Amino acid sequence: MPDLLIELFSEEIPARMQARAAEDLKKRMTDALVEAGLTYGGAAGFATPRRLALAVEGVLASSPTTREERKGPRVDASDKAIEGFLRGAGVTRDQLEVRDEKKGQVYYATITRPGRPASEIVAEELEKIIRNFPWPKSMRWGAGSLRWVRPLHSILCILTDEMGEATVVDLEIDGIRAGNTTEGHRFMGHGSFAVTSFDDYRAKLRRDHVMLEARERADHIWQDASNQAFAAGLELVEDAGLLAEVSGLVEWPVVLMGQIDEDFLGLPGEVLQTSMREHQKFFSVKNPKTGQIERFVTVANVETADHGATILAGNQKVLAARLSDAKFFWENDLRLVRDKGLAGMAEGLSGVTFHNKLGSQADRIARIAALAREIAPGVGADPDLAEQAAKVAKADLQSEMVYEFPELQGLMGRYYAEAEGLPPEVAAACQEHYSPLGPSDAVPTGAVSVAVALADKLDTLTGFWATFGFPTGSADPFALRRAALGVVRLIVENNLSIGLYRVLYGGAAKRSVKAADAAGPVANLEFRGMIIAKYRDVLAQFAENPDYAEKKRAFGVIRMKTESFDADYADWAAVSAHNILQLHEIEVVEDLLAFFHDRLKVYLKDQGIRHDVINACIAMPGNDDLTLLVKRAEALSAFLKTDDGENLLQGFKRANNILTQAEEKDGVEYSYGADVKFAETDVEKAIFAALDTAEPEIARALEAEDFAGAMAVMAGLRPAVDAFFDAVQINADNQVLRRNRLNLLSRIRVICLQVADLTRIEG
Amino acid sequence: MAETNGKPRSFQEIILRLQSYWAGHGCAMMQPYDMEVGAGTFHPATTLRSLGSRPWAAAYVQPSRRPTDGRYGENPNRLQHYYQYQVLIKPSPPDLQDLYLGSLKTIGIDMGLHDIRFVEDDWESPTLGAWGLGWEVWCDGMEVSQFTYFQQVGGHDCAPVSGELTYGLERLAMYVLGVDHVMDMPFNDPGAPIPLSYGDVFRQTEQEYSRWNFDVANTDVLLRHFEEAEAECEAILSQPHDDPKTGQRIVMAHPAYDQCIKASHLFNLLDARGVISVTERQAYIGRVRALAKKCADAFVQTDAGGYAA
Repeated sequence: MPDLLIELFSEEIPARMQARAAEDLKKRMTDALVEAGLTYGGAAGFATPRRLALAVEGVLASSPTTREERKGPRVDASDKAIEGFLRGAGVTRDQLEVRDEKKGQVYYATITRPGRPASEIVAEELEKIIRNFPWPKSMRWGAGSLRWVRPLHSILCILTDEMGEATVVDLEIDGIRAGNTTEGHRFMGHGSFAVTSFDDYRAKLRRDHVMLEARERADHIWQDASNQAFAAGLELVEDAGLLAEVSGLVEWPVVLMGQIDEDFLGLPGEVLQTSMREHQKFFSVKNPKTGQIERFVTVANVETADHGATILAGNQKVLAARLSDAKFFWENDLRLVRDKGLAGMAEGLSGVTFHNKLGSQADRIARIAALAREIAPGVGADPDLAEQAAKVAKADLQSEMVYEFPELQGLMGRYYAEAEGLPPEVAAACQEHYSPLGPSDAVPTGAVSVAVALADKLDTLTGFWATFGFPTGSADPFALRRAALGVVRLIVENNLSIGLYRVLYGGAAKRSVKAADAAGPVANLEFRGMIIAKYRDVLAQFAENPDYAEKKRAFGVIRMKTESFDADYADWAAVSAHNILQLHEIEVVEDLLAFFHDRLKVYLKDQGIRHDVINACIAMPGNDDLTLLVKRAEALSAFLKTDDGENLLQGFKRANNILTQAEEKDGVEYSYGADVKFAETDVEKAIFAALDTAEPEIARALEAEDFAGAMAVMAGLRPAVDAFFDAVQINADNQVLRRNRLNLLSRIRVICLQVADLTRIEG
Repeated sequence: MAETNGKPRSFQEIILRLQSYWAGHGCAMMQPYDMEVGAGTFHPATTLRSLGSRPWAAAYVQPSRRPTDGRYGENPNRLQHYYQYQVLIKPSPPDLQDLYLGSLKTIGIDMGLHDIRFVEDDWESPTLGAWGLGWEVWCDGMEVSQFTYFQQVGGHDCAPVSGELTYGLERLAMYVLGVDHVMDMPFNDPGAPIPLSYGDVFRQTEQEYSRWNFDVANTDVLLRHFEEAEAECEAILSQPHDDPKTGQRIVMAHPAYDQCIKASHLFNLLDARGVISVTERQAYIGRVRALAKKCADAFVQTDAGGYAA
């Protein structure tokens, strides 16, 4: 069986696209081969800056002949129907076969498709793949219409049989005819050469200074750079992203280590590293004893007569120019901080727009500082320190260094705070308050950092929410999902008990609504209509759900005369702007809490907690305390995984079903007054006794937020409940007994519903 | 005729060698455009000529002005007035990369000693409504050129595609000549009876323009000129294609484009004066782009733009 070799030779392919492109070429070609009936042994894709290559081993020389049997119309069907069938099957009438079936004689056609040679299939499929290749960005060139990532120069496409005989696949795309030749390194190669197989191809490329495999280039760079560093008593700083990128910039990696001028060694290590990586794609080399970055490694694409001396000198020169810029910024920033403090640096932020609907960065920082102060006691932070930290945490956005290297934001703030001699908690908060940035980013633990981080994220959420509403679909331009997940992780992973209602109502949400209103009055007439319409539902919920009313009272948010909203809302203008803003605030908080719950669901799902378990817990009071919610969900999830838990759940469901049916039928609610004196049997008496013991124990456990304890007690009820259902008929003829038993079921239901809304558990 | 063997000895020798190299490869040797522009791309020989179906090959030096980059002649690399060398060939020839490497050899960059790399860099000019794909070319870690295949200009798809090369002449020359401060670079031959350095020619103007750009330029006047250029550009383009006096079809794409260039440079000056806020910035760029698009629309209605009556 022949082997297939493809190479698409072009001008330099962006490093970041190479690995994916090699995979795409492999997947698309092998999928197409299989689809066409050509099985193969194995396949591997390759990419260098100038070529994509694919080697497929053991391809069938031709696709197998296939036969398909197709049932047609009855023999006595109309000519038109039969003609149609013949056209569809591509056969003539005399090729049809007649078979007897229950309903009469029926025509059958056998369609034979002869196999096709692999070369034909490859030519056809490769053209399609090239024309539809999923480059992230592609272009045209010259006068042609073909699109490729950069101009495509040649196509090598051969099938090599068992005898080693290579045949060029007959293919031409936009004037590029496939052949069996390619070329090696741009500067160290020797022009065009022909190849007969993949092994031959790889060997000749190597002879002409091309390492085909990205892995091999990366390994070579890493090894050689590590060795050179080691020989100098130093250590290469790991950077997997940079290694991958640099491996995509060279076909023949040549590792060169150079000195960093002494003038620059006083710069923070991160600044050196960032400048070298971002501008020059250099690796950093550090002194393992001091941690200080002292040298750099650059990777050239060519071997030179002077062993890289000219190249290294050039690179060193460019680096010096870059680092003198960085040094200039660093010194200017330090001078400013020494003269005026970080707070002085932050002054300029009043002239910087955060968002044109939410005011300046300075406005935003004032909101965050107020909120950080409010949050501080709940997270164990000193309110003064939290406020102070929040006020300077974003000052470095005004520094020259962060202007040049935005990715150093936070970190520079920390350096400058330290230079000013601010308390260590404040310096740490400057750096840490952006965290966590994603699901795997570390969560800060210092109380001041946590307070500022929470305040920062909550302000972003309430601010954009108040202005634009929640993100829909995949559009989330302000990264609100990330911010909400950050809040969830900060609270839950630090085991903090924070009532989000209390934090949001009157605080974060109020300030954001005010800010949004100041920028472009929220309380215009159209908006009033929207808000009032929305608020009707909330009001209805308030009426239905006493818990809402409680919250309302507890936080004293709404003091408006609700009666005035029972009207037709015809006259929106009559509602005061103040009330509208209050309504908007409620809306923001309610929506936002639901958003946090959504994020929490995703977060807990990743930890193996089912969505119905989470829903059962969200339905309980106190759901604005996310840590409590998580504890509850974890306990419930663990409980339901035990036999006792699963059985008790079934017992609860049974009790609930019987009760619900009886309540619907009788039109009454059985909720009170089960009396042991009507208990007939020992089993029935036993369950009364069990409930009498369990109820206070569960209450105590819940009081202590010991959900696992409460559920363990509930699990203890299981034998009594099971026995009760086995032995006792609920719907007894005697109405007194029946009512008593239904009331008993209600007692079981109430106990079970204390830990979570088990009606929401599926299965 | 410039000496083409061995290392060049001056800034101007590098320019002369590039001129003769690209002339030798068939480019029309254009002269700089006689207006203030921010980059060689703004020359109509690039912007407008990259539009339409007619083949084109041109090369030229373009003095370029970026008022915000002024450093009073003190920074070793930054200048508010500098030179770009620009090559535009349409359709882009298949061996453009090799031609480009040949031009580096011509100015004394020995491929056996240096590391030349094509590093992804997608070019976009928001003011011209233009973009393309290509690279920045690195020589020993230093960016020495932009290499771009134009895909769109003034909102029009480029067909055929032009290949554009832009050399930052000062930086490239400093590297080739081994000079650390631009003002120390020999402008003419160091052995000439009157040797002149780059600083002899430009230090004073860098000082004068830096002062004017940053602190003195009358922003009210600049703003008014911006508005006037914008209005004039649109007024020109609103004229009927047929000239009532000569009875000929004369679409005035170039005069209109001059006004667009003018508006663009005035915007740059306003920017350097610090009177344009971040949000306004986008709005101004949008206004210049709108002009550039209209000029491109007009150019493709002309003979050079491939219009066939």
